[in-house]
Amino acid sequence: MTAMVDIRSVHKSFGSLQVLRGIDLEVRSGEVAVVLGPSGSGKSTLLRAINHLEKVDSGWISVGGSLVGYRRQGDRLYELREREILRQRTRIGFVFQNFNLFPHLTVLENIVEAPISALRRPRKEAVRAAEALLDRVGLADKAASYPRQLSGGQQQRVAIARALALEPELLLFDEPTSALDPELVGEVLDVIKDLAHQGTTMIVVTHEIGFAREVADTVVFMDDGRIVERGTPAEVLDAPSHERTKAFLSKVL
Amino acid sequence: MSLTSDPPVGKAAASDAEREDYSALKVVPVRHPWRWAAVVVTAVLVAQFAHGLITNSGWEWDVFADFFTTRTILKAVWITIQLTFYGTALGFALGIVLAFMRLSQSPFLKSVAFTYIWAFRSIPLIVQLLFWFNLTYLYKRLDFGIPFGPGFFSFDTAGLVGAMSAAVLGLALHQAAYAAEIVRGGVLAVDGGQLEAAAALGIPRLRQLRRIVLPQAMRSILPNAANEVISLFKGTSIVSVMAIGELFYQVQVIYGRNGRVVPLLMVATVWYIILTTVLSIAQYYVERHFSRGATR
Repeated sequence: MTAMVDIRSVHKSFGSLQVLRGIDLEVRSGEVAVVLGPSGSGKSTLLRAINHLEKVDSGWISVGGSLVGYRRQGDRLYELREREILRQRTRIGFVFQNFNLFPHLTVLENIVEAPISALRRPRKEAVRAAEALLDRVGLADKAASYPRQLSGGQQQRVAIARALALEPELLLFDEPTSALDPELVGEVLDVIKDLAHQGTTMIVVTHEIGFAREVADTVVFMDDGRIVERGTPAEVLDAPSHERTKAFLSKVL
Repeated sequence: MSLTSDPPVGKAAASDAEREDYSALKVVPVRHPWRWAAVVVTAVLVAQFAHGLITNSGWEWDVFADFFTTRTILKAVWITIQLTFYGTALGFALGIVLAFMRLSQSPFLKSVAFTYIWAFRSIPLIVQLLFWFNLTYLYKRLDFGIPFGPGFFSFDTAGLVGAMSAAVLGLALHQAAYAAEIVRGGVLAVDGGQLEAAAALGIPRLRQLRRIVLPQAMRSILPNAANEVISLFKGTSIVSVMAIGELFYQVQVIYGRNGRVVPLLMVATVWYIILTTVLSIAQYYVERHFSRGATR
C-alpha cells in the first residue's frame, strides 16, 4: 500500500513555545490512525498542519503524493498561492471539535456550499449528492433545518457530511466528540466507524480509548510535541512500552 | 446538648392533613401608590402639551398645511433623500474597503486606513464640506494619467465639483470613516472558526467573505449602520451652508421671505420624522432578513 500521508521531521513553534519537535509519521491509504495524548501535546496542531491551517517551520508533509503548501520546481520549493492551497484542501476533509457549521445557512446549504463554489459542481448535482450524504448520516429529514435547531451530535454529523461532500481522499477529525454531551458521543462515533469500515483513510485525534481500540489500525501516542509510541491498538493500548503512555492510559481508562 | 440541629424528622414525616392548605386563600398583589401619582402628573403634562399644540395660534397650522406639500418643499425633500442615498452608498462602499484594509496583514494598508479614519473622524463635517466647496482654490485642474507623469484627460475642477457633488463627496468621505469602523466591528464579531471552516473546505477567498463572513457580520453591523444612515439623513441639513436646496435650506429661504419661522420649521421637522420612520421600518425588515438561523 502507498503512503497517503507522509510527515517528515515536522517542527512548529508558537513564539517561544515548541509545539511540534520533529514528527515523523506515515499513514497508508485506507488506514485509520488514531492520535492520543494529553492536552498541549501537539495533536491538534499536527492535524491542522496536514491541512495547512498551520504552516510548519521546518520539515514537510505530503498528502496523496503532493507536497502540502509548496510546489517543487527543480531544486526549489515555491510557496503556493492561497488559491492553490484552497484547491489542495478540497482533497482533505476536516471535522472540527466545535463543528463550525455556518449558522446562517440551512443544513443543505452548508453541505452544497463547497462543492458548488470550490469544485464548481452544478447545483442540482451537488444537492442530490448532499441529500444522499444526509441519508448516510441519518439526517435526511433535517435538510431544511438551521444548525442551531439541531443537537450537538446532529450538528457534528452534518459537519461530517459537509466534509464528505468534497469526496476527499483523506479525512481529519479534531476531537470530534469532545464538545458533545456523553449521550450524544455514540451516534457520531458510529458514523466515523462506518466510514472506517468502508476504507476511508483517516486521522482521528480523540480521547475515546474504546473507539481507538475498536477502529484504529494504528494508534499514535503523542506527548510534548513528539510521537512517543506507535503501533497496533493491542501494542499501544494493552502493552504500552513507554512510561508516559502507561501514565496517560492509567488516567483515562 | 449540641449546637448542630438534628433534621426535624418528625415534622418532615407529617401527613398531608397536618399541613396548612393555602389553595383556597385570595392573593392580594402589591400596590404601587407612587406609580399612580407619577402617572397622573405625567398625564396632566402630556395633556397640557397637546392642548398647547392645538390651541396656541403661534404654531400657525394653516401655514404649515399650505407649505407642507408645495413643489419647492417636495423638491427639497427629494434632494435630501438623494444626498442621504449617495452619501450612504458611497460612504459604506469606501467604508467596507477601509475596513478590510485595516483587517489586512499589510502594515502599510493598515496604517493608511487607520490614518484616514483618524483624520476624517477628527474634522468636523461642516469644516470638511467647506473645504470641498472650495476645492477649486486648491486644485485648479484634475488630470487622469500616469501618476506624477503626463495626463490623458483633464478637467477644470470648477466644472467637475459642483455644489451638489461637493456635498455628496463630503458626506460620503465623512461617512466612510464611521462605516469602516462599524464594518470592522461586525467582521471581528464573527467567530474565527467560521473562516477556518470555510478555508478548510477550500471555498474561494472572496466567496468566504461574501457568503460566510459578511452575512453573519451584518447582524452586528445593521443596528449601528441604521444609526449612521439616520444621523446622516438629518446631518444633510448641514449642507445648507453650501446653499444647496435641500429641505432645511429651502425652509430657511421661505421663512426668510415670509417670516413664518415656526410653522416652516415644523414642516421640516415633520418631514424628517416621516422619513426617519420609513428608515426605521426598513431597518426592521432588513434585520429580520439577516437573522436567519439565529436564536436571538
